[in-house]
Amino acid sequence: MKIKILEERCKGCGLCIEFCPKRALVLSDRRNLLGYKVVGWNSPEKCNQCGICYLMCPEVVFVREEDFEE
Amino acid sequence: MSKPFDFPKCLKRNTFHYCPGCHHGIVHRLICEVIDELNLKDKTIGLASIGCSCFLYFYIDVDILEAPHGRACSVATGIKRMRPDLFVFTYQGDGDFSAIGLGDSIHAASRGEKITAIMINNTVYGMTGGQVSPTTLLYQKTTTTPLGRDPQREGYPLKVAEILATFEAVAFCARSAVNNPKRVKETKNYLKKAFKAQLENKGFSYVEILSSCPVNWRMDAVSANYHVDKLTEVYPLGIFKELPPKK
Repeated sequence: MKIKILEERCKGCGLCIEFCPKRALVLSDRRNLLGYKVVGWNSPEKCNQCGICYLMCPEVVFVREEDFEE
Repeated sequence: MSKPFDFPKCLKRNTFHYCPGCHHGIVHRLICEVIDELNLKDKTIGLASIGCSCFLYFYIDVDILEAPHGRACSVATGIKRMRPDLFVFTYQGDGDFSAIGLGDSIHAASRGEKITAIMINNTVYGMTGGQVSPTTLLYQKTTTTPLGRDPQREGYPLKVAEILATFEAVAFCARSAVNNPKRVKETKNYLKKAFKAQLENKGFSYVEILSSCPVNWRMDAVSANYHVDKLTEVYPLGIFKELPPKK
């Protein structure tokens, strides 16, 4: 399973970064259409898909990649 | 069971209008997950209130009605009495449930209407700009209490879950928060129990969820998230009343 970050949903609140036990996420310098700085990968190889970012994200940014193929 | 990273089926793919760090989004997702797991999508009617949550129809893919301010429990009563086969829930804020609509809410609970009320308690009127609400903490600064809530002038915080737990007709009454992963999972468990209490026709069920309001608390998202721990000192978490299953 691969995790996709839906950047257009993200508002950069940082709750996922705060609660990620492996520190795999970081606030990136990219901005989305609404002007928010979005979350990005710090070190994707550290991610063990525990699902805590999904639990804490208020915007449902972290999803399965196969569900959101263009 | 829904797994992590599953986008809930009855959550529409619209971007939430809530402020960054607001807990409304987490609760929306949990409600959608529980509706999916109990397979209720085709027979659910939701009642949105006035407040930040008034755009519920834009996010949850079930039938949603918009009730006048504070009257969601009364409108839900009408729907449930006409169509007892449907599943009816209300989604209200603390200003809606415990200030303007306190009479409607309390009487719906004391009549034991077979509905589920979900109350998002963020201790301020969020949408209108952070005015004092009945659940505001003592000495908390809001736009209408710039020096802090003084108990001599504005009174003490109203503990709705404790009040409703004393009613005979209430089947399930709990309070939870969503500011860490453990509490998110507990909240989902409570929502499921509340939904099941209605499905088993036991009576009124109520879940109060402590939520953050970073903008009106004048905080960033992460410190507002931890500030919810201070709310739990005044509003203890847990199940206050749960009727045993019917024989």
